[in-house]
Amino acid sequence: MLIHNRRHANLWTLLAPPAIWAVHFLLCYVAAAIACAKGGGPWVDLTSLRWVILGITLPALGLILVAGRQARRHWGFGTDDPPHDQATDEDRQHFLGYATLLLCALSFVSVIFVAMPAITIADCR
Amino acid sequence: MPPEADAARRRAQEERLERTWETPPGWRYWSAVNNTEVGLWYTATSFLFFLLAGALALLVRAQLAVPDNDLISASLYNQAFTLHGTAMMFLFAVPIFEAVAILLLPTMLAARDLPFPRLSAYGYWCFLIGGVFVMGSILFNSAPDAGWFMYPPLTTDPKLTGIGADIWLLGLSFIEVASIAAAVELIVGVLKCRPPGMRINTMPLYCWYVLIVGGMILFAFPPLIAGDILFELERLAGWPFFDASRGGDPVLWQHLFWIFGHPEVYIVFLPSIALLAMIVPTFAKRPIIGYSWIVLAAVGTGFLSFGLWVHHMFTTGLPAISLGFFSAASEAVAIPTGVQIFVFVATMLAGRMTRSTPMLFAAGALAIFVFGGLTGVMVAIAPFDWQAHDSYFVVAHLHYVLIGGMVLPLFAGAYYYYPLVMARKLSDRIGRWVFWLMFLGFNIAFLPMHFTGLRGMPRRVFTYPGGIGWDWLNLVSTLGAVVFAAGVLLFTWDAVWGIRRRADSPRNPWGAGTLEWLNPIPGPDYGVRSVPAIASRYPLWDDPELPRRVDEGREFLPDAEEGKRETLVTSVLDARPIQCLRVPGNSFMPMAAAVLTGAVFILTTFHLYWTGLAVGVAAILSILVWLWRGTAMVPEKREKDIGHGVRLPLYASGIQSVGWWAMFITMTGDMTAFASLVFSYFYFWTIHPVFPPLDAAGMKMGPGLLWPGVALLAALGAWGAMLWARARNGAGRAGGLRLGLLAATLLALASGGAMLMGPWAGGLDPTTHAYPAAVWVLLGWAALHLAVGVIMTLYALARSLAGKLTRDHDIDIHNVVLYWHFAAITAVVTLATVALFPLLA
Repeated sequence: MLIHNRRHANLWTLLAPPAIWAVHFLLCYVAAAIACAKGGGPWVDLTSLRWVILGITLPALGLILVAGRQARRHWGFGTDDPPHDQATDEDRQHFLGYATLLLCALSFVSVIFVAMPAITIADCR
Repeated sequence: MPPEADAARRRAQEERLERTWETPPGWRYWSAVNNTEVGLWYTATSFLFFLLAGALALLVRAQLAVPDNDLISASLYNQAFTLHGTAMMFLFAVPIFEAVAILLLPTMLAARDLPFPRLSAYGYWCFLIGGVFVMGSILFNSAPDAGWFMYPPLTTDPKLTGIGADIWLLGLSFIEVASIAAAVELIVGVLKCRPPGMRINTMPLYCWYVLIVGGMILFAFPPLIAGDILFELERLAGWPFFDASRGGDPVLWQHLFWIFGHPEVYIVFLPSIALLAMIVPTFAKRPIIGYSWIVLAAVGTGFLSFGLWVHHMFTTGLPAISLGFFSAASEAVAIPTGVQIFVFVATMLAGRMTRSTPMLFAAGALAIFVFGGLTGVMVAIAPFDWQAHDSYFVVAHLHYVLIGGMVLPLFAGAYYYYPLVMARKLSDRIGRWVFWLMFLGFNIAFLPMHFTGLRGMPRRVFTYPGGIGWDWLNLVSTLGAVVFAAGVLLFTWDAVWGIRRRADSPRNPWGAGTLEWLNPIPGPDYGVRSVPAIASRYPLWDDPELPRRVDEGREFLPDAEEGKRETLVTSVLDARPIQCLRVPGNSFMPMAAAVLTGAVFILTTFHLYWTGLAVGVAAILSILVWLWRGTAMVPEKREKDIGHGVRLPLYASGIQSVGWWAMFITMTGDMTAFASLVFSYFYFWTIHPVFPPLDAAGMKMGPGLLWPGVALLAALGAWGAMLWARARNGAGRAGGLRLGLLAATLLALASGGAMLMGPWAGGLDPTTHAYPAAVWVLLGWAALHLAVGVIMTLYALARSLAGKLTRDHDIDIHNVVLYWHFAAITAVVTLATVALFPLLA
């Protein structure tokens, strides 16, 4: 799997965490669009949609955490300080791991951001 | 080797390199395809469009200077502001990124050229033709006049908008082709053409940005192309995609436009910020602090920017929860954007800054951009946006973002890179004047607009009554615009005439550490004298002997023994050399192909369909001639010694070949356009209570199951035949290859025919309702892909018959089969959507 048990980091492992964010975002948007368009009017109760969003958000956060664990391993658990600028296999791996870890953090926060409207908005107005 | 013999060897090598890479003299100069020429034309042309679009802005400001002004008519005003926005975005901001990247990227990578020089040239000529067509329309009083985002239903009515909307749609679709071509070139360039040893963790940050932005283009531009197709079908053929009275929805256009339009803001912002990432370390005299954080910012912004598009549509009445998602993502994107700014500030603080004109522009850019970013955080909050929407507040915000985030960094880059490209520095004294005129002029022009907007002045009004609090604010804005324009003109004067009186710049004039400053100034036509192995992020700082070794031809590829243009291809992560790539030389073919392609779009604009079709066939033939003579060339030997005892193959196919990557990347973009059409189909499902709608007899409309079923089987058969053909070729059986290609051709034609038979036999009239129109457009798209597949398949057949496609030289078949994978996916998804989904709905 791309985010788990990969021996070597590469560009795909780097792109995986924000891709998880993108899929989460798309699912939330599509689910809400369909719920409101097909629900019949602005007063549609969105309780079930809000549970759906929770059900999408928790796995997305979990996947990002898994990706983050792998990224931390690729980074060498921080034993080597940045800038990881040597022309060696090790520094390349550490750099990719570190950058992926940062992207995991950004993606994690962004997934929470995107899910937050579901906490307060209860209908389709 | 004795010193005299060594010198003679070097001279002979240099002469051969010069002969091989020589810029053609006389009128043949325009056949050049090398990045140094194409990049320069591209930059100059887009800058010219910037000046013209700026002149239109001055016209707009002059009209708004005083209330009840009658300087220009409402109609001309509409054309001026529409063309101003359109040209600034499509003819300046995006093209100049491509231009600068084509110009600079090979030097940063110490590559002789990018992998597809003729593609760059084709892109340039497309851009020039499309740009002149769109821009020239105002001279005939027929420019687009409905705002740069062309909202229907105003624009879909030919009586209201005239031919201007067609010029916009077709002219810009044509230019988008050039953008996608540039994206292919730049992505493959960054991934595969780095010098040996320049690993992914040591490549210049500019390359990271180019890579990300190239990827963003592939996902952002195709939705607009798809939207343009729907739009033109509505205008030219009456297919009602955006007509609410016939089941369409104007808001669909807004979705498609902004799925493109918002990422586009970042597509123009990131490459300009990338210039700062090169400039700041040079003047701080230290490596950038937080290289990985810049990568985070570039990648993070690249992704998040696709989750913002609805923040342009907060007032369309979408449900609040949908607005909430986009509002949240719009706030989140401030995180990576801010990270970049902190990285630059930290690098400046930690280094020993030297004062310079590029840094002056960089500092001004950051100040203005932060201001624009903060108002961006304000308008990202939906309730605030409801108040400010379509007012001058938004005009002020977007200009702060674009001029701070894009124009001023670009000027910083111009001052920084002028010696590299034109061999001379721009004047620092004039530069300070330019900066202060632009900086003060900008703020005088746009700061008051926040207040004009908050006082209620809407965008795009051509005049306004006096005495409602807008008078002096508008006058001040106009004065500021004039001051800003004076700065731009002063820069232009210095860049074109001023530098003629100055001496050549010394080598590496700023004492920079990255490879673009490796060459002597002015540099030779062949670029780098020999391709160095790289082991750090700032090789010129870390290895002071490097320029000498490179100049003496002691690194890789120091010669052109066979008189062929060559550059190195390396692996993606670690830049291990894997191929010595022969790139095609100068040719008029890209220009001819672009002229013919452009003619198709222009003739279509004027409804000359049959002539357009004939020219279209000629355009396809010209592209085939170009491909036949310039791609997948069979080398005279298998391998070549590139120096230091390294032998590399001259020919590589499949995933090893740059052509395969180009096909993969192009088809990724193609799939995005397809996904946008599928999105449109499902969008219609969401807005219609009964789907598919009922016909006159009360039955559900649809293409049925029979013909789509036949089409599916035939398409899968064609795909299977291609796989079989490739396998036979791999086994050395030319007969099997040709049989497979013929079978695929016949099956593809059958499939395409069956696809179109479905809606035809089902009596679907695309002009009656958006649903049949959506079915036709999806099936037409899939059938068109099969038709293109047939052309490719027949091309491969001809290559095989000519002996250019064999078991050992099989680039063509691998690339064509790769295309077929995508064509098969398109066919299957299309048929499942139009035939099976109605059963579920």
